Amino acid sequence: MANVGINEFKNGMKLLINGEPWNITDVDMVKPGKGQAFTRIKIKNLKTGRVVDKTCKSTDKMETADVMELDYQYLYNDGETYYFMHPETYEQIEASKEAVGDNAKWLMEESICTVTLHDDNPIVVVPPNFVNLKIVDTDPGLKGDTSGGGGKPATLETGAVVQIPLFVQIGEVIKVDTRTGEYSSRVKD
Amino acid sequence: MKQSYLSQCSLPLLKQRAFLLQKIRQYFESETVLEVETPILSSAGNTDIHIDSFTSQAINRDSDKSYLRTSPEFPLKRLICSGVGDVFEIGKVFRYGEVSRTHNIEFTLLEWYRLGFDYLQLIRDVESLFFSLFDAFNVNYESSQTLTFFQSFQNVLAINIEEITLQELNQICIANDYSGSVLSKDEALDYLFACQIQPQLAKDSLTFITHYPASQAALSQIDLDNPQYSLRFEVFYQGQELGNGYQELTDAKELLHRFEKDNSKRGANAIRIDENLIHAMNVGMPACSGVAVGIDRLLMVLLGIEDISGVLSFNACNS
Repeated sequence: MANVGINEFKNGMKLLINGEPWNITDVDMVKPGKGQAFTRIKIKNLKTGRVVDKTCKSTDKMETADVMELDYQYLYNDGETYYFMHPETYEQIEASKEAVGDNAKWLMEESICTVTLHDDNPIVVVPPNFVNLKIVDTDPGLKGDTSGGGGKPATLETGAVVQIPLFVQIGEVIKVDTRTGEYSSRVKD
Repeated sequence: MKQSYLSQCSLPLLKQRAFLLQKIRQYFESETVLEVETPILSSAGNTDIHIDSFTSQAINRDSDKSYLRTSPEFPLKRLICSGVGDVFEIGKVFRYGEVSRTHNIEFTLLEWYRLGFDYLQLIRDVESLFFSLFDAFNVNYESSQTLTFFQSFQNVLAINIEEITLQELNQICIANDYSGSVLSKDEALDYLFACQIQPQLAKDSLTFITHYPASQAALSQIDLDNPQYSLRFEVFYQGQELGNGYQELTDAKELLHRFEKDNSKRGANAIRIDENLIHAMNVGMPACSGVAVGIDRLLMVLLGIEDISGVLSFNACNS
């Protein structure tokens, strides 16, 4: 990709550093009245989420990364590879287990995920903010407790384990916030 | 959230700015310094390699373009050479590309000159203006501090800038989060000063840093007692760079030499040199010292506002 002057940097631009794609999350300038201008950027590694600060001369250039975020429908996985399809073009892409990472536990067939592509390869898969999943295992809990004051672990149909209120039982469908991994509500049929 | 076509600046803040300008004018009136206005648009520009000018159509056939001023320095010096005595100007200046939480592309500069003052007398003058403003704004302050550029590196970073090698300086910059291309000595000193020393300066006292390296003299005199350094100073408060002053260079030949040296570094981007200033200085410039203070940043520190947009009716991105 092109080399871009640091003085043109803006939030949201993607950089390629040592082969890794980074997103610029903050840009500021340090400029003595009579001296060299420096640009300070905060960048986040799109694969690992690591955040670092970098300061360079404002006249320096850096390489930008070809990164896109697109919506894809999740199809299935074979244990190693996750298959997705573009909902309009039906184009299929394959994401590695590493790219999906911990988010695998939220993937239900047909759900629409945001896939980050670097040079057309999926590097990050983000599930919808909320998913509805069925409880396949949990302790029966105390009968008559409807206060929701306590909690118990529950295993969901995708294998994810979340804390749920005591009154929620096996077979029920619950709404989970995938960003926090927390129970949100019961889903009534 | 207010619409961007309405001002983000509240009425009380606009009143504070008006009050500040009034207090500054009062100070100079009591000191019998004359307020003047000079041209904003000129056929000649500032050659300083770290300052970029906006350009516009030519004013006359003698040149192919004009420059928006980056400070009122040149015409003010021509006025001094014309014999008008002490002068000050409050006006807008423009610096291309300078956008940050403490930079707006156009900003208000206060610049003044005192005839017969050396840099130390001008430092006392800056101090008494600032103290009068701190009092007017009920801002607490400690007594001022003055240290040399050399001392500031020794005190904060334990570096002897006269003995350190360029390679060592670059290593220290990298150890302090620098990750760009290799720095020249002046660039490395700029980086370490702005990122490491400036934030460490006393918050509640005015700090004057004097004797910048001769390579960073800009248009100040070289210190004859120690020619590695210049009679240039800067003033800081609350970690902000507020002003830059010189015991002024009055030698036209040396002035032209410095402009040409800048232009040789600029190469194809050479700036048209202000011949009028050279000629005026040739007629004779009285010994004097001058300083420029950023009014927007001054208002920021007086009111404890951290983003320059907070003290502007409209910032440049929204002008």
